[in-house]
Amino acid sequence: MLASTTALPVLDVTGIHKQFPGVKALSDAGLRLYPGEVHTLMGQNGAGKSTLIKVLTGVYRPERGSIVLDGQRIEPRSTQHAQELGISTVYQEVNLCPNLSVAENIFIGRYPRRFGMIDWRRMRRDAIELLARLQVNVDVSQPLASYPLAIQQMVAIARALNISAKVLILDEPTSSLDEAEVQLLFSVLRSLREQGMAILFVTHFLEQTYAISDRITVMRNGEREGEYLCSELLRLALVNKMVGVAADTQEQPQACIEEDHQAGATLLKTKQLARRGVLAPLDLTIKQGELLGLAGLLGSGRTEAARLLFGADKADDGAIEIGGRPHTFATPRDAIAQGIGFCSEDRKHEGAILDLSVRENLILALQARQGLLRAIPLRRQQELADYYLKQLGIKTASIEAPLGTLSGGNQQKVLLARWLATEPKLMILDEPTRGIDVRAKQEIMDYVTTLCRKGMAILFISSELPEVLRVSDRIVVMRDRKACGEYRRGELDDSSVLHVIAGEGCQ
Amino acid sequence: MIVKEQAPVAAATPAARPIAPMPASLLSRALAHHLFRSLAALAALLLIDFLLIPGFFRLEIKDGHLYGSLVDIVNRAAPLMLAAIGMTLVIATRGIDISVGAVVALSGTVASMLIGGTMVIQDGVPVYLAETPMLLAMAAALGAALLCGLWNGLLVAGLGLQPIVATLILMVAGRGLAQLLTDGQIVTVYYQPFYFLGSGYLFGLPFALFVVAGVFGVTALLLRHTALGLFIQAVGINPVAARLAGIRTAALIVFVYVFAAACAGMAGLLTSSNVKSADANNAGLMLELDAILAVTLGGTSLAGGRFSLAGSIVGALIIQTLTYTIYSLGVPPEVNMVVKSVVVFLVCISQSDQFKGLWKGRAA
Repeated sequence: MLASTTALPVLDVTGIHKQFPGVKALSDAGLRLYPGEVHTLMGQNGAGKSTLIKVLTGVYRPERGSIVLDGQRIEPRSTQHAQELGISTVYQEVNLCPNLSVAENIFIGRYPRRFGMIDWRRMRRDAIELLARLQVNVDVSQPLASYPLAIQQMVAIARALNISAKVLILDEPTSSLDEAEVQLLFSVLRSLREQGMAILFVTHFLEQTYAISDRITVMRNGEREGEYLCSELLRLALVNKMVGVAADTQEQPQACIEEDHQAGATLLKTKQLARRGVLAPLDLTIKQGELLGLAGLLGSGRTEAARLLFGADKADDGAIEIGGRPHTFATPRDAIAQGIGFCSEDRKHEGAILDLSVRENLILALQARQGLLRAIPLRRQQELADYYLKQLGIKTASIEAPLGTLSGGNQQKVLLARWLATEPKLMILDEPTRGIDVRAKQEIMDYVTTLCRKGMAILFISSELPEVLRVSDRIVVMRDRKACGEYRRGELDDSSVLHVIAGEGCQ
Repeated sequence: MIVKEQAPVAAATPAARPIAPMPASLLSRALAHHLFRSLAALAALLLIDFLLIPGFFRLEIKDGHLYGSLVDIVNRAAPLMLAAIGMTLVIATRGIDISVGAVVALSGTVASMLIGGTMVIQDGVPVYLAETPMLLAMAAALGAALLCGLWNGLLVAGLGLQPIVATLILMVAGRGLAQLLTDGQIVTVYYQPFYFLGSGYLFGLPFALFVVAGVFGVTALLLRHTALGLFIQAVGINPVAARLAGIRTAALIVFVYVFAAACAGMAGLLTSSNVKSADANNAGLMLELDAILAVTLGGTSLAGGRFSLAGSIVGALIIQTLTYTIYSLGVPPEVNMVVKSVVVFLVCISQSDQFKGLWKGRAA
């Protein structure tokens, strides 16, 4: 653990417990924050980072635990209350009014007044002064929307600072910024640090963590795993602690389901496929009958790459080649027409149509591809539904039951079947097993690998590294929005994959 | 560890909903249930009329035409039923169209101005002359309505405006244009054949009913024999997922607004034919609100998704019966609006989950 610092912590959070219906989100979570430091909170998706932040900012009330700010025990009741106490937060999505001026945004809701009227001159002067503190020099009377996202982020920070903040929490502020903008943000954070501010920084990007942090608190399974000096914690050890797999175990990956099989001809190739601020130019080759694993931490670019491949987002550079012919996918329809299917990681918002029946959900993609006018006969729909119900072992009262009545695992199977019904050449599975029970997980992966052996290409994305290692014929590792290595089955094991993900021993 | 953050989400989904034992019975029961509520409301209204208005159910044949209060109600409800059919599809995609009344006024105005018409006596026989061939004039009116729908659809799907704001523009502009065309005057049509549409009889029944039946039939066939209904529901329930499944969501949204405007255009023709004139100031005034009300009364949720076309027809009949009842009872017409608002209130409350929660909370 960390050698004690001379100063007292400005924020000391200990023993936080938070229970949601049916699930324990935080158990004995905590962190210490000293004045004049940038402290990074790290952990995998679901480790409890955002829950902890929400406890600090008064969105959630914990069942147990204490929050001590400047020696005073506090119990934030709302974000506003937390701000009044001195804990200010800048959220991932910039929470400002784009049509108001920069100055108005900074002072919104607490305009300086003079004779009962808003003192516009003072407001502008104070805004300029505040922004100067952040080394930002802009015309504060212009609407916020006329500035790039990075400046908007600065304005959000200026707004947070203005409320006599002692602690500044930045929740994934860099996820939509490009490299230069990140550097601008960091220089601001550094100057704030010199001014004695305690900054809590939440990010998924390892590079950025090491570029800016003094100390790191790692969370895992809703607990504080540990607190480390950034300079003393190797990347590998960090990833280790986040993932919870010991990197030095030389345990072989579990026996492959089958021996390495011969992959077919090249199905799809991306050439310098890129989207600004989302994915650095990516070259990827997928062969027929191949299960290609995409490994990496959240935010590494794996989901982003998948979305570009499917046309869910539009690439602004590069090309996708299928069978040697270049294609551009402006919408998912374009990708579907080329025989690509996509199971999104966000089942609830991007996949399931809960009020429609199992049958309707299942035939939706096939029907969409056939077009509006050529309705699939009801009997054929029922056959398809019955077939996939049996194939995937979907448990439902009937094929006419609303999808929302099924368990998460069975919903996921229905969505998988939605794509299988279109008989895709390439199936992109983004975290297909997230949040579902072990058995359903196993059944899905077994079925998928069987399909792959029959010639379907599969792009498999998962946070669960052992799973990726076990099923993939080939693994591409991604880090910081770039592909950073490609390995054949057996070339990586639980330990070496961590090295690559952490960026040590990278090719 | 990944399960943890998922679980609250999963808990929020209605996983605990009871599951019906048989597929067919679930669907038919749900459908029956939706219609049941609105049909029961209609029946209750008719019962009140039966008790309070003497001879309410009496039908008689005069000059080969069927006459009676019921025929009158159904006939007068024709424009509203048309508007409600179009509105149903719009609402099912999570949208709303408040320009319906304006499109009614515009379409009626275009038709009436183009037809104009005079009666001349040729060899002692009255002959009606239209300025423009009637069918052409009607086509032009419907064409104007289609353009209106296209405008609405592009604003919503293309520019991403909120439906209520997007259609508000046309609500103001459409009627304004109609008033501009007519100088705010009532344009009278002197062309006998045009009257048939709104006041003629076929097989003893008002011709307007055949128009409604035709539109309803075509729409129902479209929904039954194409994937239109499925796609509309998918877009209404989860537009993001619908797009990722490969549905052309934007085109679909444009279509429903064009369809709604076409229905409104036909309603405009019926209205202006019925009163033998176009009144840009009053034709179709507030019709959009009645149409929205009819759709909600019919059991379609304003949140989009599942919808019932037949329910909307029943809803339109409820509204017209309500109006008829109020007039027949000699209640001052001003009261009409208040009574309608009470109905809207009750309908909205019955759809509110929070209200249901309160109710259950009290019962428990």
